[in-house]
Amino acid sequence: MDNLSLLMDGFGSVLTPQNLLFACIGVLLGTFVGVLPGIGPAMAVALLLPVTYGLDPIGAFIMFAGIYYGGMYGGSTTSILLNTPGESASVMTALEGNLMARAGRASQALATAAIGSFIAGTIGTLLVVFFAPALASVAVEIGAPSYFALMVLAMIMVTSVLGGSPLRGFIALFIGLTIGLVGLDLNTGQPRLSFDQPLLADRIDVVVVAVGIFALGEALWVAAHLRRSPLHVIPVGRPWMGREDLRRSWGPWLRGTAYGFPFGALPAGGAEIPTFLSYLTEKRIAKRKGVDEFGKGAIEGVAGPEAANNASAAGTFVPLLALGLPVTATSAVMLAALQGYGIEPGPGLMTDQPELVWALLASLLIGNALLLVLNLPLAPVWAKLLRIPRPQLYAGILFFAALGAYAANLQAFDLFLLVLLGLLGLAMRRFGLPVLPLILGVILGPLMEYRLREAMAISGGEVSGLWSEPLAVVIYVVVAIAVVVPLAVRRIRPTPAAVADGLDSPADEEEKVR
Amino acid sequence: MSTPLDTHPGTPGAPAGPAAPRRDMAQLGLAAALVVVGAYTVYDATTLRIGFGDPVGPRVFPYVIGAVTVLLGGLLVLATLRGDVPEAEGGEDVDLRQPADWITVLKLVGVLMFTVLTVSFLGWAISGAVLFVGSAWSLGSRTLVRDVIVGLVLSVTSWYAFHEGLGVILPAGILDGVL
Repeated sequence: MDNLSLLMDGFGSVLTPQNLLFACIGVLLGTFVGVLPGIGPAMAVALLLPVTYGLDPIGAFIMFAGIYYGGMYGGSTTSILLNTPGESASVMTALEGNLMARAGRASQALATAAIGSFIAGTIGTLLVVFFAPALASVAVEIGAPSYFALMVLAMIMVTSVLGGSPLRGFIALFIGLTIGLVGLDLNTGQPRLSFDQPLLADRIDVVVVAVGIFALGEALWVAAHLRRSPLHVIPVGRPWMGREDLRRSWGPWLRGTAYGFPFGALPAGGAEIPTFLSYLTEKRIAKRKGVDEFGKGAIEGVAGPEAANNASAAGTFVPLLALGLPVTATSAVMLAALQGYGIEPGPGLMTDQPELVWALLASLLIGNALLLVLNLPLAPVWAKLLRIPRPQLYAGILFFAALGAYAANLQAFDLFLLVLLGLLGLAMRRFGLPVLPLILGVILGPLMEYRLREAMAISGGEVSGLWSEPLAVVIYVVVAIAVVVPLAVRRIRPTPAAVADGLDSPADEEEKVR
Repeated sequence: MSTPLDTHPGTPGAPAGPAAPRRDMAQLGLAAALVVVGAYTVYDATTLRIGFGDPVGPRVFPYVIGAVTVLLGGLLVLATLRGDVPEAEGGEDVDLRQPADWITVLKLVGVLMFTVLTVSFLGWAISGAVLFVGSAWSLGSRTLVRDVIVGLVLSVTSWYAFHEGLGVILPAGILDGVL
């Protein structure tokens, strides 16, 4: 139980009045920004990065943890009350959640989402406490060739498995890799793609990229397509649940957690698949019990996917902390934030900076608990935010995006880059290019090059050095499978409905296992 | 432009919107941009010197990335000509049934560029407020007085919050001494 005592040490460094205040501010800000329509968790974290600039790392991490869970919870509130999910992970929550809200059960929907998020987040974070150190201790042993292979795996999975169009995924990935090239070459100190600009030779700040692509790109895209007719917002009172709701919710919470965590922890995670699986499972179970309210606002359909969503979010911390691999847009932004503190996530992190890691994990648990305590009473206030007039809302997003990008280095040139990247983000949304591969390319590209050169230097320039480790070979086999299987599946059954069918059977098997 | 491979404009049963073009020719522009960027990446790499004791060197990565980017541009041309249309991203406030309003986007970019050019000189308090008011105006707000007040409150508060709370000194510009 070594991990637990380390976690207790983490609590020790986090539980000071000042740090608890940071946690509260983080949760409130995160929920505030997350509830705002049009802002998903990744954008919420990106927009709120500057708030933590002046803090020491521990204080900043605590605030991040609050912002992270707050932003996620805010997103589910929006999708339940507006029926227009801001991101793919809330699609399943929105289905039944909005039906519940329309049937006058908005309070119960919000309550089961909040409590489900809390339970899933807590279990998920505790699982991270047990898995991440074990994985990290293995990861310390793996050499540069396997590392390089892992990054290839993460890129391929995110690009070709998750997105709808592999071609567009790869275009986004290579735009990201190109952006990652800009600046001084790590070994020889020569500027690349810098057009003789010293400011470009310093490399483009990942924060500027994240804010530009997520916040500015999204705001410009919305500006081009702003909905003329206002959306219908469902009024809501204080969330509460009756005994009956609780009885129907706890099963879905736990099953959702069981789906969510493994998917989040895999280097091809994302919350889309587990939320979908959870939804299907709950629907099936409800049908078997003969109380199928799905399609009329079933509380199981909110509880399960919402728990899956949060458990998967917690799971993403395993590859992030143990391997330095971000697998969702939000964790990519978190990684950028960690890098801002001079912390290089990766196998060394757990051994080099244990107090930071354990403080982060402890603050995730605290942020999660605060979220529940603060947000159940505040839900009606958050619901009012959905009525903010859109011109002012998006003007505000532009304002804070500019502030965030500018405050990082106080360079007007960064603002110029922000505008360029915002236009790139706009173009990506116009052409259906996914955002995640791009961010992954920007962050992982330079690391990948570094590992490649390290591996080749060790092998003395022999290309075979890249598969000199057994683990690397295994990973390349997985990469090959990951590339071939979706292509084959697509050829046989090209429609999304068919893919959904294909997901039915694993859902069944998972059930039997349990 | 009739091809045997007609793609259906919109999914059947969807609300009637403007008919989607059979081919998205704007994608050819994106493809061209990819080819240019990729080619320049490769060219830029040729100007680098190779260091010692580094079997990979600074050129390999840009070569690979540039070459693949050019290749992807080519593939996109093929996909476009075969009738592959992008699935534009939806969202809470996005109404894809309306044609895109690029004028608003241009206005916003103009406002942002104004901020870029003036922030060092006018200071954050003024440039930030102009950014907020200008953006709100471009997006269709007509409550100018309220927007100016909100914008000034936001920018001045954020200036003080960063100054006092976070120790980040945003430029005061012409208000130096007043703030």
